[in-house]
Amino acid sequence: MIPNFQKILLPEIDNLSDINIYIANGGYEGYKRAISLSPDGVTNEVKKSGLRGRGGACFPTGLKWSFMPKGTDKPKYLAVNGDESEPGSFKDRQIFEHNPQQLIEGIMIAGYAMNIKAAYIYIRGEYHKWVDLMQKAIDEAYEKGFIGSNMAKTFGNDYSIDIYLHKGAGAYVCGEETALMSSLEGDRGYPRVKPPFPAQKGLWGMPTTVNNIETIATVPQIFRIGAENYSKIGASKHPGTLLFGVSGHINKPGVYELPTGTLLTDIIYDVCGGIPGNKKIKAVIPGGSSMPPLRGDEIDGIMMDEESLKPFGTHIGTGGIMVMDEDTDLVKLTLRIAHFYHHESCGQCTPCREGCGWLEKILKRIYNGEASSRDLDLLVSVSNNIEGNTICALGDAAAWPVRGFVTKFRSEFEKHVKQSRTFVPQNVVHGKLNTRNMLVENI
Amino acid sequence: MEIVFNAEELEKIETIKAKYPETKAALMPTLWMAQKKWGWLSPDVMRYVGDLLGLTYAHVEGVATFYTMYFKKPMGKFHLQVCTNVSCMLRNGDKIYHHVSERLNIGHMERTDDGVFSLEEVECMGACGDSPMVAVNEDFYENMSIIKVDELIDSLKKT
Ligand SMILES: Cc1cc2nc3c(=O)[nH]c(=O)nc-3n(C[C@H](O)[C@H](O)[C@H](O)COP(=O)(O)O)c2cc1C
Ligand code: SF4
Ligand code: FES
Repeated sequence: MIPNFQKILLPEIDNLSDINIYIANGGYEGYKRAISLSPDGVTNEVKKSGLRGRGGACFPTGLKWSFMPKGTDKPKYLAVNGDESEPGSFKDRQIFEHNPQQLIEGIMIAGYAMNIKAAYIYIRGEYHKWVDLMQKAIDEAYEKGFIGSNMAKTFGNDYSIDIYLHKGAGAYVCGEETALMSSLEGDRGYPRVKPPFPAQKGLWGMPTTVNNIETIATVPQIFRIGAENYSKIGASKHPGTLLFGVSGHINKPGVYELPTGTLLTDIIYDVCGGIPGNKKIKAVIPGGSSMPPLRGDEIDGIMMDEESLKPFGTHIGTGGIMVMDEDTDLVKLTLRIAHFYHHESCGQCTPCREGCGWLEKILKRIYNGEASSRDLDLLVSVSNNIEGNTICALGDAAAWPVRGFVTKFRSEFEKHVKQSRTFVPQNVVHGKLNTRNMLVENI
Repeated sequence: MEIVFNAEELEKIETIKAKYPETKAALMPTLWMAQKKWGWLSPDVMRYVGDLLGLTYAHVEGVATFYTMYFKKPMGKFHLQVCTNVSCMLRNGDKIYHHVSERLNIGHMERTDDGVFSLEEVECMGACGDSPMVAVNEDFYENMSIIKVDELIDSLKKT
């Protein structure tokens, strides 16, 4: 059963994307309330609300804002991340289409809190239509004098911000915050080594904050309903509503706004009408393709928030739930995932560039029935060697699902292995280091 | 064909430049404009854009080749993009891709001899909730099937 709650990102109001309808429904009241506080007061409210980033890493938003240097006369920037290229994620698109003014209002509040004069919304190139819709919304806000040079006059203070849109051109890695900055500056979308973090040295070398579209679009509601009330929605350590995108083997796929902590089984069966043909569930990816999967027999009682998923070795990610029924070929699926990351690796770091290639190659061998059972351990070993050894988290994003599928569904992979090439595992009892060294030598 | 933007387009590039503190950032939007006008980014187009923005040819080519959506060779009038990533694959997106490939007798990033169609196997397009999906140029067609994609190709052929 889904508890009663109020939708705050995608409320059921017709034509909410129209600025006048947005205003008639309480739009821009959040900004007005925010500017009655000091900039630091705004950041503190966001901290109090418990809001955590919706771009995948769940980083506390208020805390991130507080990293921005104060009292400097350097220009500061906000980059709003709408690259949305993680397979299984299609939520930010709903905000561009159905509630773009709330995103603009959120940018105004964030900008006020950090004293930022220019914000860039980065939208993936494939979203041509949504780029146009968002540009239209920005133009409307300019016409009303809500942003730009007339803004200070409109709201009776001395703060104003400009909002620009930047269209990507097809590169998953540009969703990574430092790659996004490279891309915005007109370079190849290469991630940068951190530190320095964006708040110290970001766009054009200036202090920059990067937040996800959904994160920023949530902010105005915190000021409308109050941080205290917001923090009481959903799971206490990861509060609020999330846009869950449900896809794969499911009767009613789509984007659903639900409180954090909602039972995964409620989402699958009550909200989305269960599995076509009443089939059983073999696996569920809870948060976009980089997140390790859950086994079908694990999902009972699992709540969809970051803290509840952690003990199961996975994360909420972007809230992209992908459901696989009992007949799914998981070897083929894992191969497809590995192919994606191999294709998207920018090639700067050896473990990611070569490792992703190896993962794909080994999985192809397994899929074609040409592998030995030792190759399964090799997959785990390669994954372990990518994880944590790269400039950006794309390496981890490639390693996690592969390792997750191989370890959680080992028997599926064993079935694809050539029987004549099955070896008795030699190292079933010891941990990480033993496994790594021995296997690499044995190739 | 001479490669030059007209006065109106040049003016638009000026407004784009004004959005950023540095001119280099105007490169991606300008490449988008160039691709729209000339269909793809030939070396001459890249050289022209570089001259326009004061960037080296090497830099422009470096950027153009990093991003998959900038075409480095001519594509069809209708560029068909079929997603075969996980959510689409679970709903037969890969079968649709292979069907289109066989029917038009072209592979990934290839174009039919008459120049009408080109095909691309794309990664997730953010339409997983209405998968499988096919995009034609800038438009998304969702909840596709082999029958529907055949109808789509038939209707495009007529235009
Ligand atoms: C490979 C990779 C791809 C990413 N793609 C996205 C993306 O498409 N959208 C997004 O908001 N964050 C993405 N992120 C996360 C960003 O780096 C960053 O953490 C996020 O935008 C911060 O926003 P938040 O604090 O509001 O979550 C990606 C990270 C990695 C490593
Ligand atoms: S981890 Fe991969 S994508 Fe990230 S910087 Fe290194 S090579 Fe590039
Ligand atoms: S997997 Fe095809 S659109 Fe997302």
